Amino acid sequence: MQLGRVQGTVVATVKAEGLEGVRFLIVQPLDKHQKDKGSPVVAADALAMAGPGELVYFVASREAAEAMEERFVPVDHAIVGLVDQVTLAEDNQ
Amino acid sequence: MKLGRVAGTVVSPISHPFFDGQRLLLCDLVDPAGTASGYLIAIDVVDAGVGDQVLICDEGTSARQIFQIDTGPIRSVIVGVVDAIS
Repeated sequence: MQLGRVQGTVVATVKAEGLEGVRFLIVQPLDKHQKDKGSPVVAADALAMAGPGELVYFVASREAAEAMEERFVPVDHAIVGLVDQVTLAEDNQ
Repeated sequence: MKLGRVAGTVVSPISHPFFDGQRLLLCDLVDPAGTASGYLIAIDVVDAGVGDQVLICDEGTSARQIFQIDTGPIRSVIVGVVDAIS
């Protein structure tokens, strides 16, 4: 799992079977100091709670499909938690 | 499995039900020679502490076996605290 920052939402009415009702959010992956790292991905919001600007953590590949309510929703990234706080040991600051 | 070092903790009151009550640790991925290569957030099942060198299982099927579940959004689990590498 990695840290990410929600940047926005994606609406797609025409989509593959199994994706009905799935909320898509644009997520910018972050490094451990919460700086942007790599390019944004579109993740399914398994919590239906994350909004723009939120710090989240997300899973990828099969674990993303496993995060969804229904069995095997075809998604490859999914937000599984909102982050309240990341506390790094002093020497890592 | 991967070697890492616990860099810190992650507090997440709102999460997928699977993570309720689980302890999330942020780990640097560090190879035996000490070269760091990224990080990941893992569930701790061995009470590892910040600064500990740890063994991380980073694959879904094995991770789910640790929790005896056949479905769940988990892949990274801290499965050991390293005493020594030779």
